Amino acid sequence: MDFSFSDEQSMLKDSVERFIQNDYGFEQRQKVAALDAGFSAENWKTFAELGWLGVPFAEADGGFGGGAVDTMLLAEQFGKGLVVEPYVPTVLLAGGFLKVAGSAEQKHKYLTGIIDGSVQGAFAFAEPQGRFNFADLTTTAEAAGDGYTLNGYKAVVINGPAADLLVISARTSGGQRDTEGVSLFLVDASAEGISRRDYPTVDALRASEITLENVKLTADALIGELGGGLPIIDEVVDGAILAIGAEAVGSMEVLYKDTVEYCKTREQFGQPIGKFQVLQHRMVDMFMEYEQAKSLMYMAAMRLDEGYGDEAAKAVSAFKVQVGKSGRFVGQNAVQLHGGMGMTEELNIGHYFKRLTMIDTMFGNVDHHLKRFGSL
Amino acid sequence: MNLGLDDAERAFQIDVREFIDAHWPEGAREVGGAMAHPPGRRSVAEQHWYDALCARGWSVPNWPVAHGGTGWTPTQHYIWDRETTRAECPVMSAFGARMLAPVIYAWGSTAQQAKFLPPIREARVQWCQGYSEPGAGSDLASLRTRAVRDGDHYVVNGAKTWTTEAHVADWMFCLVRTNTTTERRQQGISFLLIDMASPGIEVHPILLLGDQHSVNSVTLTDVRVPVANLIGEENHGWTYAKGLLTHERTGIAGIATSQVRLGKLKQMAACEQDGALAEDAVFQRKLQEVEIELMALEMTELRTLATVQEGGAPGPESSILKIKGTELRQRIADLQIEALGYYGLPYPDDLLLGNEGPVGPDGALDSLRRMLYGRAASILGGSNEIQKNIIAKAVLGF
Repeated sequence: MDFSFSDEQSMLKDSVERFIQNDYGFEQRQKVAALDAGFSAENWKTFAELGWLGVPFAEADGGFGGGAVDTMLLAEQFGKGLVVEPYVPTVLLAGGFLKVAGSAEQKHKYLTGIIDGSVQGAFAFAEPQGRFNFADLTTTAEAAGDGYTLNGYKAVVINGPAADLLVISARTSGGQRDTEGVSLFLVDASAEGISRRDYPTVDALRASEITLENVKLTADALIGELGGGLPIIDEVVDGAILAIGAEAVGSMEVLYKDTVEYCKTREQFGQPIGKFQVLQHRMVDMFMEYEQAKSLMYMAAMRLDEGYGDEAAKAVSAFKVQVGKSGRFVGQNAVQLHGGMGMTEELNIGHYFKRLTMIDTMFGNVDHHLKRFGSL
Repeated sequence: MNLGLDDAERAFQIDVREFIDAHWPEGAREVGGAMAHPPGRRSVAEQHWYDALCARGWSVPNWPVAHGGTGWTPTQHYIWDRETTRAECPVMSAFGARMLAPVIYAWGSTAQQAKFLPPIREARVQWCQGYSEPGAGSDLASLRTRAVRDGDHYVVNGAKTWTTEAHVADWMFCLVRTNTTTERRQQGISFLLIDMASPGIEVHPILLLGDQHSVNSVTLTDVRVPVANLIGEENHGWTYAKGLLTHERTGIAGIATSQVRLGKLKQMAACEQDGALAEDAVFQRKLQEVEIELMALEMTELRTLATVQEGGAPGPESSILKIKGTELRQRIADLQIEALGYYGLPYPDDLLLGNEGPVGPDGALDSLRRMLYGRAASILGGSNEIQKNIIAKAVLGF
């Protein structure tokens, strides 16, 4: 057993920590989030220059050769800064599918662009009727000549507006919720037949509703085995869950510490409100929730680095359950203890709260992952 | 970062398992369970276990090597803890081995170390802890048991309460007031070792919910204690007592025990008569929630161990082990009663039972006693509310 970070990991952690401290203060973050694109192209360039966009990819593919622990370290710091740049959709989802299931040609074609920052990606999986079930698909891909024709509708595609490359899940056989018959396709976002409706999310990200109408794909658009997409989705998404969970852990750290500081300075009834035991105990509970989530973050990262399987999936679901519960508790109570100030758009607190609440929903909430945990 | 055991650790694990199989075989496990019995009240199997531990040099693994500890790495301690708990091996009484001994090897004189440590190491002596008093519970520093110097002795007068194992103890480590005029109440307290056979000591049982008899009230009337039994300096006892509390943060969460109990509960829920519980999604959800929290707490404990292994002091995360650990133990005990349904009701007094066994499934009565007595876990050793006060002060800086 070893809980220490390698030299490379410590360096990575330091470099992203410095960036968040120096270049990603709350005001800067708010400016970036208000841009039309919803994130800063300049920051994205910096991410590429610092090598962060290549972290999870093999050195042979031009990456950094990092594992889940490396991703975790990055994402935890992103969470502290409430980073809006689309690391998860581009690098961990679009890039993740290429890494896990991409052919040599597919990797060659797309990974360089992801790593150098010129290509943005998104994973279009959710559908209005499907809730958290990746297999519940009405979008279809029918064999047509040498390739496929896509028809359907994808909901709340995070980073849809910026994406050049879409990974789209579609049914190629079986009934609407069958576990077999799910296939994955790499699709040029500007392909004919794709139309988007773009909008911001409550936590300042950008998303799209995507309509697919007779989108023509060539045979090499298929990623992984035909009809065998579901296990690939599980593996790639579990890697992304580790990252958004780590973001949540970073956000919770900021929230509990900021709340402690606020309660030490805010005076009512002639004394700092932190003198009141009822508030002290609430903050202790917030601290404990943060630590418990952090513990399972380490566990999930280490299990993922041991290799993907039920053990790793179970650890990820346990982590997601904890993140959902802890995030809600810490977020809501940070707002509560900041009183009226916590309710304002002006203060950072509410923005962390919003992000934490959305992280619970992403890729399945507490209820969903409890069930999954029990079934594994 | 990785969670695996290396070759040496795996070899150690095998060694431990073989040791347990040899000295605490399956057959013995139902007899003693995880109960600790004082010398003279042990089964043959239990005594054999302690003898084997001593012969192997494993009776007090957490002590410094100079005093008979093992010098294990935190990971080895973790392995030992998990394996012995899983096999329900008898546990050395914590009062001597885990609570008093660290005070003696940190602050005791050479003579005190030579006199008191070996019998603890060899499980030949039973200690009890004289801290709480009728008027000093969570507010321990308000204690009033008085020790007045008289030549080579202190004369002790006062009352202690909630004293676990006092009725079978040979010795008591005791906090007494030696100065009543200090500015802070903590400053006038001393740490004394008192022979329970001394004239003037009376022990009265207190029966607790679900408990057959473990705690007592103790009165001390003109009890003469040699000055040689004072630990460290007079009036500095509070420091030693506090040191004792911070020393032993890991292991107090009882995670391994909770894992064993949860495992048994899951088994029981799965094979209960008509499978009603196995199919009860609400009950299963409760089990899953506890299991996840337990995983989180185990990782929190491992993080603490890792920090210690690297030579650091336990980080802030260690402070939550007691609170979360006792909460989870209590939750599991609750779920055991829920799982029993109507058979959570019968509570036959041993005397009324006669020759017929208890009604209901095996272990129902134990579950009930555990649930009732288990409520004490969040009260003793500084209630969980006090623990939160401590975290607020020490970690959050209030």
